[in-house]
Amino acid sequence: MGVSNGTPKDNGANGHGQTTEPVGRHPRGEGERSDSAVVGKPFVKVDSRSKVLGTMKFADDLTLPRMLHAKLLRSTEAHARIVSIDTTRAEALEGVYAVLTGRSMPITYGILPVSQDEHALCVDRVRYIGDPVAAVAAVDEETAEAACRAIDVVYERLTAIDSVKTALETPEPRIHDYGEEGNIHKRVDLEFGNVDEALASSHHVREDLFFYEGNTHLPLEQHASLAEWHPDGKVTLWSSTQTPHYVHRALAKVLELPPSRVRVVAIPNGGGFGGKSDIFNHEIVVAKLAMVTGRPVKICLTREEVFYCHRGRHPVLMRFRTGVDERGRILGMHSQTYIDGGAYGSYGVASTFYTGALQTVTYHVDRYKFDSVRCFTNKPPCGPKRGHGTPQPRFGLEVQIDKIAADLGLDPIEVRKQNLVEPHSMTANWLRVGSMGLGPCIDKVVEGSDWYSKFRKLPYGRGVGLACGSYLSGAGLPIYWNDMPHSGVQIKLDRSGGVAVFCGATDIGQGSDSVLAFIVADVLGIDPVDIRVVCGDTDLTPVDLGSYSSRVTLMMGNAAIEAAERARAPLAEAVSKKLSIPRSRLVFGGNRVFDAENPETGVTFAEAVQFAETSIGTIGSTGSYKPPRAPGRYKGAGVGPSPAYSYSAAVAEVDVDPETGLVAVERIWIAHDIGRSINPTLVMGQVEGSVYMGLGEALMEAMEYRGNRGVVHKFPSMLEYKSPTTMEMCDVVTYLIEDPDPNGPYGAKEVGQGPLLPIMPAVANAVFDAVGVRVDEVPISAEKVLKAILAKAEGKDGRYGPAKTPAVEWHEPHRVPPPWEGGDGRAIDDPKHMPVPLADPSGHRYKHDMSGD
Amino acid sequence: MSAPVPLTHITRARNGRPAKRRAQFTVNGEPVDVLFAPHKTLLEVLREDLNLTGTKHGCELGECGACAVLVDGEPVLACLVLGLDAEGRDVTTVEGMADGPALHPIQEAFAQYGAAQCGYCTPSFMLTAQVLLEKNPSPSRDEIREALSSSICRCTGYVKIYEAVELAAARMRGEEADILEEAIYGR
Ligand code: FES
Ligand code: FES
Repeated sequence: MGVSNGTPKDNGANGHGQTTEPVGRHPRGEGERSDSAVVGKPFVKVDSRSKVLGTMKFADDLTLPRMLHAKLLRSTEAHARIVSIDTTRAEALEGVYAVLTGRSMPITYGILPVSQDEHALCVDRVRYIGDPVAAVAAVDEETAEAACRAIDVVYERLTAIDSVKTALETPEPRIHDYGEEGNIHKRVDLEFGNVDEALASSHHVREDLFFYEGNTHLPLEQHASLAEWHPDGKVTLWSSTQTPHYVHRALAKVLELPPSRVRVVAIPNGGGFGGKSDIFNHEIVVAKLAMVTGRPVKICLTREEVFYCHRGRHPVLMRFRTGVDERGRILGMHSQTYIDGGAYGSYGVASTFYTGALQTVTYHVDRYKFDSVRCFTNKPPCGPKRGHGTPQPRFGLEVQIDKIAADLGLDPIEVRKQNLVEPHSMTANWLRVGSMGLGPCIDKVVEGSDWYSKFRKLPYGRGVGLACGSYLSGAGLPIYWNDMPHSGVQIKLDRSGGVAVFCGATDIGQGSDSVLAFIVADVLGIDPVDIRVVCGDTDLTPVDLGSYSSRVTLMMGNAAIEAAERARAPLAEAVSKKLSIPRSRLVFGGNRVFDAENPETGVTFAEAVQFAETSIGTIGSTGSYKPPRAPGRYKGAGVGPSPAYSYSAAVAEVDVDPETGLVAVERIWIAHDIGRSINPTLVMGQVEGSVYMGLGEALMEAMEYRGNRGVVHKFPSMLEYKSPTTMEMCDVVTYLIEDPDPNGPYGAKEVGQGPLLPIMPAVANAVFDAVGVRVDEVPISAEKVLKAILAKAEGKDGRYGPAKTPAVEWHEPHRVPPPWEGGDGRAIDDPKHMPVPLADPSGHRYKHDMSGD
Repeated sequence: MSAPVPLTHITRARNGRPAKRRAQFTVNGEPVDVLFAPHKTLLEVLREDLNLTGTKHGCELGECGACAVLVDGEPVLACLVLGLDAEGRDVTTVEGMADGPALHPIQEAFAQYGAAQCGYCTPSFMLTAQVLLEKNPSPSRDEIREALSSSICRCTGYVKIYEAVELAAARMRGEEADILEEAIYGR
C-alpha cells in the first residue's frame, strides 16, 4: 500500500482516482466506480443553509403548547448530609405545578456500568457545590426560580475534599461507598515488559513531573431538554445530547419504564466537545416532571449551571521516567498519573486508562509501565473532553522528549522520527496500529514552518516548538458489554428517487449528518441533496452509540457503505434485467444507472428504483458496523483499542514578553493524517477548531476553585473563564496527509480530537525555545512564565511546575509481556496466559502481520 | 441606545407578577406590536414573544456575544437590552438577512466554507460582519478580526469565519470569487 502524502487535488491524474487497489472499506460489486463523485469533494454540509438562515432548531428553541419550565435547586455545600428538605413553601406558590426531591427517583445511574453512582436529585448526600437537590416545574422560569428559593434545605456539613492530595490523606469520610478504598475511585497498575531493567540498561534516564489543570468544554449552547409525557405510558425527551442511546437507557432505568416506551431525540448540539456526552440530572428530571404534571416541561441551564455540570478535562499530575539509548530511542517508560475526578464516576474509569493507554501509539516504547490513581473530590465531576484523558500525558510526553533531546544534544525532530511506531504493528500494550502517517506529518510542518532556520536561532523572546499526537477513530468497545453493532444505518428508497437514511448518530456541529449523506450519495451515485437524513432518534433510527471517541465517521461510515451497497443490489438486478446488461457492467453515477461500456444506455436513478419496486416491492436496506476484536486480553485492555489511529504534528511559533511573561502564539502549522477526507471542508474545520481549543487550553483555560470557601468554583462565567476570542486566536496553516487505513470507510480516520493533542506541548516547547524556561504545567499563563524567568535570573532552576507527587501505595502491577517478548495479550497472573514463541526473535522491534487476523 | 424606560410605577397583575407592557418597533422591516412583562430582555421578546429563535444565547449576561442583533443598524447584545428599549427602533435578526428565497452573500459564504459548524454562534457573527462590510467593503484580515472580537465561537477557531467574510466581501464588491482551494484542502 502506498502512502499518499498529497491532498485530494493532486492525488492522481483524474483528480481523485485510485491508481492502486483502494484502501479501506469501499463499495464493492456491481457499479463500483473508479472514482468518487462525492467523497473527497467540498460539498456543502447538509444543514449549513438552515444554520445560516437561523431556522435550525436547537433544544431551547423548542416549545410545546402548555409547556412548563423547570429549574433545579443546587447544593450550596461542597460535601454534606441532607438533614431535611422542606418544599411546603415552594409548593404553595402560585404557578408551581410540581416540586421534586431525590426520594422520587431513588434509582442510581451513571454512564459506565461500573459507576452507577448518580441520583437525578441527591437523596441524602450532596457531593459538590452545584449538585442538584430539588426541582420545580412552574408556569415560567421566574416562578420556578422563586420556588427553588422557597425550598428549605438543612445540611450537615462534612469534610470537603479539594484535591487528590487531600483525598489520599483523608480516607474518611468517603465521598462514595464504592471504588478502591477511602476516596480512591480507581487505580491501575500495568506493566508491559520489565521497565526497571530497561531503565537500568538505558544510556540516559529522565524523570519529570507535569501538571495539567482541568478545563471545561464551554459549548456555546447551554444544555437544554424538553420532555413530554403521553397518557399511553410513553415519554419523549428532546435534548442537546451527544449520546441519545445512553440517555435512553438511563431514562428507562431511573423512570422504571420499558425502554420501548422511552424516546430520546438528540437535537443538533450547539457544540459538545464531550460536554454533552454524559447523562445529565436535568434530562431525567424534566422527564419525571412531565410524568408528574402531565404537561411538557423544558429546562435550559444557565451558564453558571453549565460550569457545575462540567464532565470536562481531569486535572492530572504526572510523573514520567523514560530511558533512551544514545540516539534517543525509547527503551522503557514508566508513567504515573494522579487524577482529580471530581464528585462522581462519570467516564472516569475510562479516563483513567486513557491517561496511559495511548502513550505508545506515536513512538515505539519497548517496555512500558503505567500506574494511575483517580480520586473522588468535592468538585464538579470530570469526564471526557476532546482528547479524553490523553492530552494530559501527551503534554508530558512531548515536553519530556524535547528535554531528552536537549540533554543528549540531539535534534528533537530526529529523536521523534527514529522512534516512530511502524505502520501495521503492535504496541507494547497490545494496541494494533494500522496506517501511520506521522512521519509525513512531521515533515510537512517542519518544512512549512521553516523550522531549521528558526529553532534555537530566533532572537530572545521568540521561539518555535514542535509536538505530535495520535487519537482513536472510535473506541473499540462499547460502554456497556454487548456484542451488538456499534452503529446501524437504515436506508429507504422510493420511486421518487429520493432516499431517506436513518442512523442514531448525533450531529454536534462536526457534520456527521453530512458525512452520512455524502457516503450514501457516493455509493448510490446520486446528489447528496436528494438524501434526507434522520438521525439521533431512538424511536426512528437504528442504534449508534453516540458522538464520542471520534467514532462516528469510521463506524457510521462503514455501516452506511454496507447499507448503501445492499440498497443498490436490487436496483442493479432490476436494471440489468430490464436493459439486458450484465450487472458487472452497471455504474451508479450522475443520478443514473448506466452501462459502463456504453454510457448513453441507462436509466435515471428514480427509474431504477421503480423497476426494482415493481419486481420485488418496497426497497429498504440496513448496514451495521462492529470494530474488529482487539488483541489485548488483560484487564484494562478494553480502553485504547481502536479500528484506526489518526496522527498529527504541529509547530507553534510564539512571542514571549520577558517583562510580563505573556505568551502570544502567532502561528501554528499543523499536519493531520486523516486517512482519507470524506469531505475536505469539514476536515479543515475540525483541524482548525481543534487547534483553537488546544490553544485555549495551552494559554488560559482553567477550572479553578476556592478551597477556603468550601470548594466553590472560582468563576462560573464566560467573562472570567477565559477562552480565546478572535484577538487571541493564532493563524493556522494546515496540511492534510492522506494515509488511508484499511479499517476506515474509504480509508478515513478521525479528525475531531487528534489535532488538539500536539498544541499544548508545541506551545510549551516553543516557550522554552523563546525564553529558555520550562513551564511544566498547563495552562502556560503569563504568571507562570514570569516566575520561571525570574527564577532563572536569580540563578535558580528556570522552571515552573510541580515538585512532588503525593504518596500512593502502588500495587504490584499486572504484568503483560509485550508482543515481542512472547506475550499472548494476557497478564502472566491470568491462569489462561500462554507464552507464545517470538514472532521475530532477532530484535525487539516487532512487526505485527495484519493478514493473520 | 436611549436611556432605559423607567420601571417605576409598574402595575401588578393579579398573580403578583408585573403587568405586561406594550412595545412597537420594527423587526426585519416589519412592524411589530408586542405585549410582554416589562423585565423581559430584547432577546427574550424576540425568542419567546415573536418566535424568532434564530437569535441565540450562551450566557444571557453579555459575555458570549451569541445574542447579537442589529438595532438601528448597529450590533447590540440583545440579552443586555430590555425589550421595552426597542420601542420605535429598527431591529434586524438573522431571519432578516436573506433577500426572499436568496441567501445574503454572507450567509452563502458561511455555508460554503463550513463556517457554521454547530451554527450556534453563526447569527451573531454574520450580523456583525454585515455591519462591518457595509462600512468597509474591503476589510483586511486584522480589521475582520477586530470587528468580530465581540462574539465567541467554540467550534471553528474563527478561521473559516474570516475566510467566509472575505469571500462574501469580494462577491459584494461584484468580484467573481469562490472558495480558496488551500482553505479547504490544506496546503
Ligand atoms: S447571551 Fe451571551 S452575550 Fe447575550
Ligand atoms: S460554530 Fe459552534 S460556536 Fe461557532
